[in-house]
Amino acid sequence: MSDKQIDDVSGMETTGHEWDGIRELNSPLPRWWLWTYYATIIWAVAYWIAMPAWPLLSDYTRGLLGHSQRAQLSNQIAAVKAGQADLIARTAKASLTEIQADPELLEFALAGGRSAFAVNCSQCHGSGASGGKGYPNLNDDDWLWGGTVAQIHASIQYGIRADHDETRFNEMPAFGRDEILNPQQVDAVADYVMALSQNPGLADSLPGKPLFNDQCVACHGVGGKGDKELGAPNLSDAIWLHEGGKPVVVDIITNSRSGVMPAWVGRLDQVAIKQLAVYVHSLGGGK
Amino acid sequence: MQKPAPPDAADSVETVDVKALNTRVTGALYKKREKIFPRRVRGTFRSLKWSVMAVTLAIYYLTPWLRWDRGPGAPDQAILIDMPARRFYFFFIEIWPQEIYYITGILVIAALALFLFTSVAGRVWCGYTCPQTVWVDLFLIIERFIEGDRNARIRLENDRWTLSKISKRLAKHAIWLIIAAMTGGAWVFYFADAPTLLVDLFTLHADEIAYITVGVLTATTYALGGLAREQVCTYMCPWPRIQSAMIDEESLIISYQKQRGEPRGKGGQRDALGDCVNCNQCVVVCPMGIDIRDGMQLECISCALCVDACNGVMDKVGKPRGLIGYNTLANLDKGAELQRSQIRLLRPRTILYGVLIAVVAAIMLAALLTRPALELNVQRDRNPLFVKLSNGDIRNGYTVKILNKVHQIRHFRLTLDGLPDPEIKVIGRQDHAPLFAVNPDQLASFRVLISTAKANLLSETTDIRLRIIDRDSGVTAENETVFRGPGQ
Repeated sequence: MSDKQIDDVSGMETTGHEWDGIRELNSPLPRWWLWTYYATIIWAVAYWIAMPAWPLLSDYTRGLLGHSQRAQLSNQIAAVKAGQADLIARTAKASLTEIQADPELLEFALAGGRSAFAVNCSQCHGSGASGGKGYPNLNDDDWLWGGTVAQIHASIQYGIRADHDETRFNEMPAFGRDEILNPQQVDAVADYVMALSQNPGLADSLPGKPLFNDQCVACHGVGGKGDKELGAPNLSDAIWLHEGGKPVVVDIITNSRSGVMPAWVGRLDQVAIKQLAVYVHSLGGGK
Repeated sequence: MQKPAPPDAADSVETVDVKALNTRVTGALYKKREKIFPRRVRGTFRSLKWSVMAVTLAIYYLTPWLRWDRGPGAPDQAILIDMPARRFYFFFIEIWPQEIYYITGILVIAALALFLFTSVAGRVWCGYTCPQTVWVDLFLIIERFIEGDRNARIRLENDRWTLSKISKRLAKHAIWLIIAAMTGGAWVFYFADAPTLLVDLFTLHADEIAYITVGVLTATTYALGGLAREQVCTYMCPWPRIQSAMIDEESLIISYQKQRGEPRGKGGQRDALGDCVNCNQCVVVCPMGIDIRDGMQLECISCALCVDACNGVMDKVGKPRGLIGYNTLANLDKGAELQRSQIRLLRPRTILYGVLIAVVAAIMLAALLTRPALELNVQRDRNPLFVKLSNGDIRNGYTVKILNKVHQIRHFRLTLDGLPDPEIKVIGRQDHAPLFAVNPDQLASFRVLISTAKANLLSETTDIRLRIIDRDSGVTAENETVFRGPGQ
C-alpha cells in the first residue's frame, strides 16, 4: 500500500499494488458492499451453528435447528403414505376384479405392484419380468399354475413348493434315476415330447408315445397339453421353462426338476400382494 | 425561437455548488455512499419519460386483467402462467412445458433487441424503460411530494430529528411500502386467475407461495427502488459493463459539446468563454449524481434529464439548445453538433442485429404456426425387448402417448404400417380394441401390445410406423419405431 501513484492515462490513483509493471487503479468499493461481505461471513458462521455443517470423526455437528434431510424425507414419505391411506383402505376391501375395474385403484395397483415387483420379485423373474432359464417369463401367455388374476394371486400368496400349508405343490418323478424307465425309454419319451411342439404330425408314430401315455399323461395330459390344476407344464407349446432342447428334456425326465417360489403371505401385506397380482396380470399374458 | 438575452443573463442563472459523485478521489479504498437529491426538471425528455412510465406501468398492472375466451373449462385470462397445470397462455397461443423453447426464442429476441437499441441509441433501455428507472422515478415523485424539491430535501436530511422530519420520513416510507406491495401484488396475478386471486389475497385464502412472492417482491422493490436506487445501476447491474461492447462511434449517446462549452464560466464578458455558464444544473438533476461534462461514463444511464436542464439554461441565456444532447462519438471527435442527416441508423452492426431478430422471429413464428394440435409419442419396451408367446408368435410392448392440444375430447383409432398380420391389443380395454379417447387439453398414455407370427419377421428389427386417426376430423399423427424379434 506504500507506493500509491497517479496513473498517467486515467488520472486515477492506484492502489499501490503492482504486478510486473501492471498497476491496479483505485476504484473505491461502496462501503455497503463491504458490509454485505461481512454480513455473508456472519451468515456463514451462523449457518454452521444453526445447521448440520462440520464432519467429525464418527459423527457431524447437528446444528441448533435440528434440521435433517433424513427426517425431512421420512416426513415426506409419511405424508405420501397418509395421502394414500384412502386408496390402501379401498384396495384392501376390493376384490381383484373390482380393483381392475376401478381406474383409480388400477393405476394405484399398477404403480404399487411395479415397485413391489422390483423389490421382491425381480431377483428371479428379472426387472422386466421376463424370467430366465428355470424362472418363468411372466410376460407371455403360458402359465404353469394358471394366468387368471385369481390364480396369479394364489401363486404369489402361497408360493410354489414353499413352506406353507396352502402352497402349490407337485413333484415329477425322477424316471431315470429311480429306474422307472431305462435310458432308451427316456430317450424315446424325450423324442416324443420334442416332436409335440416341433413336428406334431410325426409325434403319433413315435415309439415314445405309448411310454408317455403310460407314465406322463396323468399329469401332462393327452398330447402333453399340460394341466394348470396340477401345475403340469404344457409340453406342446413353443415355450420351455428350461430351455436347451432334447438334452435338457432327457435330463429332466431322468432327474426331475422342481423350482421353488416363497409364499409371500406374511412377508408382504395383503394390499401389496393384490397389487402384485394385478400388476403381473397386466404384463400382457394375463388370462 | 432565440430571443435576445440581456448581457448579464449568464449571471442570472443560479449556480449550484455541487460535485459529481464519481469525481476522482484519492486515498480511501472504500467509499461511503453519497446521497443524491435529484432536482425536478421540465422538458421534452422529462415529458417523454413520464409517458413511457405511464405506458410501462399500465402494461404491468393491467395485463393480468385482460380476458380472452378459450371456451368452457379453459382459463379466460389473456396472459397466464399456470404453474400447477404446466401451461402458459398468451392470447391465442397455448404453450405446453415441452414447448418452452418458444420462451427461449422470446428471450433471444429480447437480448438482440437490447443490443440493437444500444447500438443505435446507447442505453435507452436503462434511461427510459428499465423497471429500476421507472420505479425509482415513481419513488422520487413521492419523495418530492412529501419532502419537497432538492434544496428542501437536503435541508431535511441535515436537520435534527424533529417531529416534522419524523412524520415526513414515516409518510414517505409508508407510501413507498404501499407501492412496493402493489408491485409485488401485481406480479402474482400473472400466475393465477387475477379476479379470483385478488379476492383470495384479501380474504387470506390464497396460496402460501402467493404471499411469499408478494412479500419478497415488496421487499426488493422497496429496497432497490426506494433505498438503493443508483447503487443498483452502478454496482449491481451487469449491463453498464457490457454496454461498451454494443456501442460504436455511430451510436447516439448523451454528451456535452466540449468545443462549444469550454472554457466554461460565469460573467457577462462571454467572448473569452464558451457557452457553458457552469451552473451545474446538469449535475443536480442527474439521478446518478454524475457530471455529464466529464464525458461518457459507466454510471450514465442515458436518461437525458441533463439535456432538459441544460436546454432550459441555454434558453435563458439566449444561446442555442443542444450544448448537452444526443451525439455520436464520431461527431464529437470532429467537434461538431449532430445534424439529423448525419445519423446513420443503417450500419453493419445494426443491420446484423436487425437481420438476426428477423431470422429468429421468422423461425419462431413458422414453428408456432405449423405446430400440430395433436402429437403421438411411442416408447418401445426395452425390458423385455420382445416376448415369445405359447403359439410361437412374437409380441412387443409399446407405451403410446397422445397429446391432445385441443380443448375438446377426441377419439382416435390406432393403425400400424410395416408389419404383416399384426394383432394389436390395448391393455385396460375390455375388448382390447385400438381405440383411444383423450380428454381436452390433456396427455393420455396407453399400453399397446403388438404381436405377429415369427415367420413374418425377417430380421431382429423391423421398422414400423404407428398412426392415430381422429375419428371425427380425420387428422392424423404418426410415429416411427421398430418391432424386435429373435431374428431368423
